[in-house]
Amino acid sequence: MKAVSPGKGKKAKTDSTEEIWNLRLYVAGQTQKSITAFANLKKICEEHLAGKYRIEVIDLLKNPQLAKGDQIIAIPTLVRKLPEPLKKIIGDLANTERVLVGLDIRPVSG
Amino acid sequence: MVKAKHKVDVLEKCPTGIRGLDEITKGGLPRGRPTLICGSAGSGKTLLAMEFLMRGTMDYGEPGVFMTFEETSEDLAKNFISLGFDLNEMMSRGLIATDHVYIARSEVEETGDYDLEGLFIRLGSAIDSIGAKRVVLDTIEALFSGLSNAAILRAELRRLFHWLKERGMTAIVTGESGDKTLTRYGLEEYVADCVILLDFRIEEQISTRRLRIVKYRGSSHGSDEYPFLIDEKGLSILPITSLGLDYPVSTERISTGVPKLDAMLDGKGFYRGSTILVSGTAGTGKTSLSATFADAACLRGERCLYFAFEESPRQIIRNMGSIGMDLARWVKKGLLKFHAARPSLYGLEMHLVTFHKVIEEFKPEVFIVDPISNLINAGTASEVKSILTRLIDYLKMKKISVFLTDLTHFGGSLERTSEEISSLIDTWLLLRDIELNGERNRGLYILKSRGMDHSNQIQEFLLTNQGIGLIDIYTGSGEVVTGSARAAQEAEEKASELTRQHDVDRRLREQERKRKALEAKIAALRAEFDAESEELHLMAEEERKRQAVLAGDRLEMAHLRKGEPSAVRRSARKRNGKGD
Repeated sequence: MKAVSPGKGKKAKTDSTEEIWNLRLYVAGQTQKSITAFANLKKICEEHLAGKYRIEVIDLLKNPQLAKGDQIIAIPTLVRKLPEPLKKIIGDLANTERVLVGLDIRPVSG
Repeated sequence: MVKAKHKVDVLEKCPTGIRGLDEITKGGLPRGRPTLICGSAGSGKTLLAMEFLMRGTMDYGEPGVFMTFEETSEDLAKNFISLGFDLNEMMSRGLIATDHVYIARSEVEETGDYDLEGLFIRLGSAIDSIGAKRVVLDTIEALFSGLSNAAILRAELRRLFHWLKERGMTAIVTGESGDKTLTRYGLEEYVADCVILLDFRIEEQISTRRLRIVKYRGSSHGSDEYPFLIDEKGLSILPITSLGLDYPVSTERISTGVPKLDAMLDGKGFYRGSTILVSGTAGTGKTSLSATFADAACLRGERCLYFAFEESPRQIIRNMGSIGMDLARWVKKGLLKFHAARPSLYGLEMHLVTFHKVIEEFKPEVFIVDPISNLINAGTASEVKSILTRLIDYLKMKKISVFLTDLTHFGGSLERTSEEISSLIDTWLLLRDIELNGERNRGLYILKSRGMDHSNQIQEFLLTNQGIGLIDIYTGSGEVVTGSARAAQEAEEKASELTRQHDVDRRLREQERKRKALEAKIAALRAEFDAESEELHLMAEEERKRQAVLAGDRLEMAHLRKGEPSAVRRSARKRNGKGD
């Protein structure tokens, strides 16, 4: 499990609309799909959520019991833990448009 | 590769422990392979899968994983409880693991390529956590509604089943019936080894569950539709098909409970394990006859199962009390078991499954259905025949004597039953009304009885407070007379008999008197004769005396003439012979 959390803007309550995006990416080993997904996610977050996101990568091969909690079936799966409500996006996140819709980012960023 | 393996190895089977299913599948489901159970909603798929797991852990020591896509683990536990299994306890003992897989399309966005490795990991970790040998996926089709990329899904399902096989899991995969395919999403395409179809039909407001094995690669199996029952003890499937005609037979004879009826049946009663039918119109004493047979069986110490479709057990016991039979004591002893149900409770096949289940549990020697006609009306003639054939074959296999009663209708032919079940019956008794002189009386005769020299007589059938009595019917002067007419006829006959007897007696007495008179006459004659001979005798004596006196006188005269001493003269006369 590794966490990527750029320090900027964390717990910053200066901007009322700003909050921390807590994202979790479930993978199963270092597969091509997982690597692609992580790269895609990183790119999108940097573009749209710069400074206010946190990505947790969970490798189910190492922690299989965690799959139950978030009802993970497909790999890779991205789970938006925060802000609520919980959202899930499956796939390698190649389609940026859909990721943005899925994460409900568009209205916030622009 | 799989196909090649079929040819080499004998297919190993995994017993389900579900009543009847192992018999139909000849040993169980294919071990180490997935089996598809398909059926419409509410057809019992989940229940069958659950019982498969439960029996696996409890009877065969094989832990199992239940992966549910529809119900939560809590709901599942409730469902298990209704089958008498404590899922939570099983889980805490590490015998069963459950995993509720939930997926809702509304919550999930799909972008790009993915696989179902998450599902594999979850299943794998559940299997590893308890060392499972059995897996249930109920209903994996839910994935199709949760995920939109069917191409990925199909590829992944193929991989999943392959993976299950590789891990040697005996799996049950359930699927909803589709319109034209066995399952809505064509799961049968992936699970090609064994497919079982559950069906739930309602005909005339009566539902019947049926099970059919659509295919079973590498194994023979029963191919019929088998009715099954779901109750508090799980599933029971009726495995009986026509078993053929190679059942064992017995030459042992058992009493009917009515000595006179035994006498009519070759003097010994029914054969053990034979099928007996009693037909008759209402009120001809069918129930009494069956209760008597039950009573006789219990007296022999045998177990008797009595299916009552018209009366409650208590009513039967009370009514039989009125003809001097105490059935309650057998119930108390556990030899007699009543099973009462309204025929309309469920369909014919369901009744049959119930028969089968109760017979398996109670293991009776004698099985009574009173009456079977209500069941006959529940189905078409061909259905009834096929079902009864299966039942009777099964009972014959078990050497259980079957006693069926059949209510025939007024006006209809008494032999109406013949078309449907005649050929299945070994001994057929007919009870009928005999209406004569404003009276209705009961008559009994044997229509047929295979393998014995039975009586051809009609007997009058009487219900007395000492049980059933059979009386020879009066058949003098070319007509049958029963009831009071028979009694009158008998009285009349008795009277004339008496008169004849008197006549004979009188003649005998007269003869005696004659004989005595004759003897008296003889005696008189003899007395006369005796008297005569006595007289004669006396005369002779007198004469002799007279002669003696005469001789004396002569001697005296001679003595007087010659003056010789009498002694010398007498001897001299003797020497000379004739002196004078």
